Amino acid sequence: MPNIKDKTCIVGIGWTKFGSMKRPLPESQYTLACRAIMAAIDDAGLRPRDIDGIMRFSFDSNDPIRIADSLGLNLRFFGKTMYGGGGGCACVAQAAAAVNAGLATHVVAFRALSQSQEVAFGHFASLFAEKFSERKGVPGPIGWAIPFGLMSPAQGAALTASRHFHLYGTTSDHLANIALAERRHANRNPDAFFYDRPMTRDDYMNSPMISTPLHLYDCCQESDGACAVIVTSTERAKDLKQQPVYIMAAAQAGMWYPNHALILDKIPEIVQDETWQLAEALYGMSGITPSDVDVAEIYDHFTIHVLCALESFGFCKRGEGGPFTEGGRLEWPDGDLPLNTSGGHLSEAYIHGLNLIVDGVRQLRGTAPAQVRDAEIVLCASGNAVPTSGIILRR
Amino acid sequence: MPYLPIPLPLPYPESEGFWEGCRRHELTIQACEDCGAYCHPPSPLCPACRSWKRGWSRVSGRGTVAGFTIVTRAIFPGMPVPYNIVRVELQEQQGLCLLGNLIDCPPETIEIGMPVTVVFEDVEPYITMYYFRRTEPDNSGET
Amino acid sequence: MESIKDRYAIVGIGQSPVTLRSGRSELSLALEAVTAAIEDAGLHTKDIDGIMGDHPIRVDAMAIAGALGLRRVGFFIEPEFAGGGVPGGIMHALAGIAAGRAEHVVCYKSLNGASKVTVPGMAFDLAPHENGFTRPFGLLDPAAYAGLAARRHMHEYGTTSRHFGAIAVTCRRHANRNSHAIMHDRPLTLEDHQQSELLADPLRILDRCVDVDGAAACIVTTAERARDLRQRPVYIMAAGQALSPCLARGTKDPTLPENETSLLSRQLFSMAGLTPSDIDVLQICDDFTCYVLMALEDLGFCRKGEGGGFVEGGHLDWPDGKIPLNTSGGNLSEGNLEGFNHIVEGVRQLRGAAQAQVGGAETVLVCGATGTATSGLILRR
Repeated sequence: MPNIKDKTCIVGIGWTKFGSMKRPLPESQYTLACRAIMAAIDDAGLRPRDIDGIMRFSFDSNDPIRIADSLGLNLRFFGKTMYGGGGGCACVAQAAAAVNAGLATHVVAFRALSQSQEVAFGHFASLFAEKFSERKGVPGPIGWAIPFGLMSPAQGAALTASRHFHLYGTTSDHLANIALAERRHANRNPDAFFYDRPMTRDDYMNSPMISTPLHLYDCCQESDGACAVIVTSTERAKDLKQQPVYIMAAAQAGMWYPNHALILDKIPEIVQDETWQLAEALYGMSGITPSDVDVAEIYDHFTIHVLCALESFGFCKRGEGGPFTEGGRLEWPDGDLPLNTSGGHLSEAYIHGLNLIVDGVRQLRGTAPAQVRDAEIVLCASGNAVPTSGIILRR
Repeated sequence: MPYLPIPLPLPYPESEGFWEGCRRHELTIQACEDCGAYCHPPSPLCPACRSWKRGWSRVSGRGTVAGFTIVTRAIFPGMPVPYNIVRVELQEQQGLCLLGNLIDCPPETIEIGMPVTVVFEDVEPYITMYYFRRTEPDNSGET
Repeated sequence: MESIKDRYAIVGIGQSPVTLRSGRSELSLALEAVTAAIEDAGLHTKDIDGIMGDHPIRVDAMAIAGALGLRRVGFFIEPEFAGGGVPGGIMHALAGIAAGRAEHVVCYKSLNGASKVTVPGMAFDLAPHENGFTRPFGLLDPAAYAGLAARRHMHEYGTTSRHFGAIAVTCRRHANRNSHAIMHDRPLTLEDHQQSELLADPLRILDRCVDVDGAAACIVTTAERARDLRQRPVYIMAAGQALSPCLARGTKDPTLPENETSLLSRQLFSMAGLTPSDIDVLQICDDFTCYVLMALEDLGFCRKGEGGGFVEGGHLDWPDGKIPLNTSGGNLSEGNLEGFNHIVEGVRQLRGAAQAQVGGAETVLVCGATGTATSGLILRR
């Protein structure tokens, strides 16, 4: 199989302010999209008309035709990745594929969402509500879940957590370690939603229980904001404004066990799960091993899924994710594996994985708010417990 | 009465056999007529051997709780919390699971590994729901 | 950067029957087409490691993967823009193969378009927001958009309803030769067309495709791998997509000198190193006859405004026309599979296995729906 390691680069990044349900951003979701894309174009030292490709998420409702019109683009490569938050790195992967195949020159991957204006994913059942009332019942395979009260991703994640706790002795303290590390990172990041709000372990434990055993602070935010990145060839990257960030590997992995794509009820003891397969592909393409990773940007829809991903990526053995979070291992500046150093989805903003990629790029450029010294290699993983994707970036 | 005041499942082509079984108060799982593998949710094609010959096989209705959660925050105003969601692994095949609810079971007593048995409730003329109850040991010593 | 030209091939095709009421789920139809394509290619199910999804999503990629028991799927992307995106799906697939994410990618389309029995799966798509400037004014259906574009073309260039009707008649004639077409048994004359009910003036019911239930699939892999497989490979000389700001106007303006389809055409012919006169068979997505006529101009088969005259010349008719169009009947008369049937028929033509076989067919151009973000392929033996 071909390997396009290091043949493409991320050359521009852009992002907007981040808002939330309680502090919504006034601008429309579409305006946020344009802002982030224009910021990335500017960051790269490109002009809008240089962009000839766009990759989006299936949950993104920003019309590419409007974007082409607003920015004056003629596009010759455009598509969408599926399965919500599992698709962010896949946008970058397919952008890299386009550039590598000579089908486009500069491809934007972006995500813009306004959960305050649109649908909050915490209530995914409401995405189907129209269908319920039309048909007076829950149609299709989602009917195996919703009528039994499984109506939000947090509840599915909670099912996974209950089993992980039972099988491996994982505790809420372990999950808290993840939440606390990310909050500390957010407290260094002026763009982060929780920049000025530190969190203690008591704050975490006293936060409302959402669905046992997950607390409020185990769950990502519901945000407004947008992020964009631009991919081009390595040759082209050398002519542009910023130091290139090389894409060593970019992969996707499907899910083979019964797929409750929105439900996130991952079965923790399955070893060769989607994230394990993703890891195998990424390490194979890049030639690196887990110990080479300097910064981990792991999709944190829920703390439990970060923990499972750390296991699947081989940072520790299956079942040992809990102890792995101890001793400050995940914390900047001294931890072995600083995690989500901008605060992640839990404490920076929930831009469906794109803000994690942006932070990863900043780490490799030396411009991150919680800069890891000598960061050479960053792993970015999109949502797990859904068909997933990931990238490995280097300086 | 359904366990929760929310919309009920609508059968779709692949699932019709399952809900017909429920109406008879039988738990039937799709089984491959060529290789015998059970499959849930049901599929037009056997994922194990790709046969199109799909049948419905009555199973014991017994299993164990493989995962559970007590939902404590209401998603919709008026949703009665707390309520439980369980993932039950049926004894017939490893990994063969159904999502469901445990009825008549105090939340603090729910644990992974707990044996459960399916029960049926004729909630509407067009659908009989399945739920689970803790399996009580039989007086004869069988469980 | 090496061009993709001739380095990828379509190696398997499959279809379900096309009916007005399948009585089956869209998943079941998709699986029939996909397994037929795998069999046609001489592959094993487990060789499939990439799935190009469908748009709109009726059956998602993981539903296919789950039913087939595929343990490793390293490529899955969704095209967009329905019929405009179908050839683009093939392009995305070959990009994924070139990037090393998969070796054999299955692409498919499945819909119960006639019976409208659809089951939402576990994946879904959020449609782009509407801008509020079309629906409130009655632009509720694609026919209305097409009607506006058709009327402008007629006004500007003297095109008539009979020109549009000629396209419908040509596709119907081809369907009459295709035992699998929904309109196989029903001939159509130009007079029938002219007397048929108006749909959205100036378009008539018979200017519109026929909705059906059905599915189709194909498999893409590298040219090297293709040479080891069962069928004669059909090479992809060119693949492209095009989306242009002119589409933001909402309705197609046929007077624009450049549009998404003309841009697509330049990309395809430049990549293939060909001109329109090198194309032997045309497969143009035909939701509406008027768009086909306009596409002939935008693709460069005739000059802007001369589509009517071109159509009158019989150039599109099998067997004697110089460039037979939609030789299995198209969406208009084979049945609306949103243009996926055009790819499958294009492959058959190049294998020499079509029912209305164009003698000596060496090249096929497939063009997706126009007046929307579009895509296309040039295929060869």
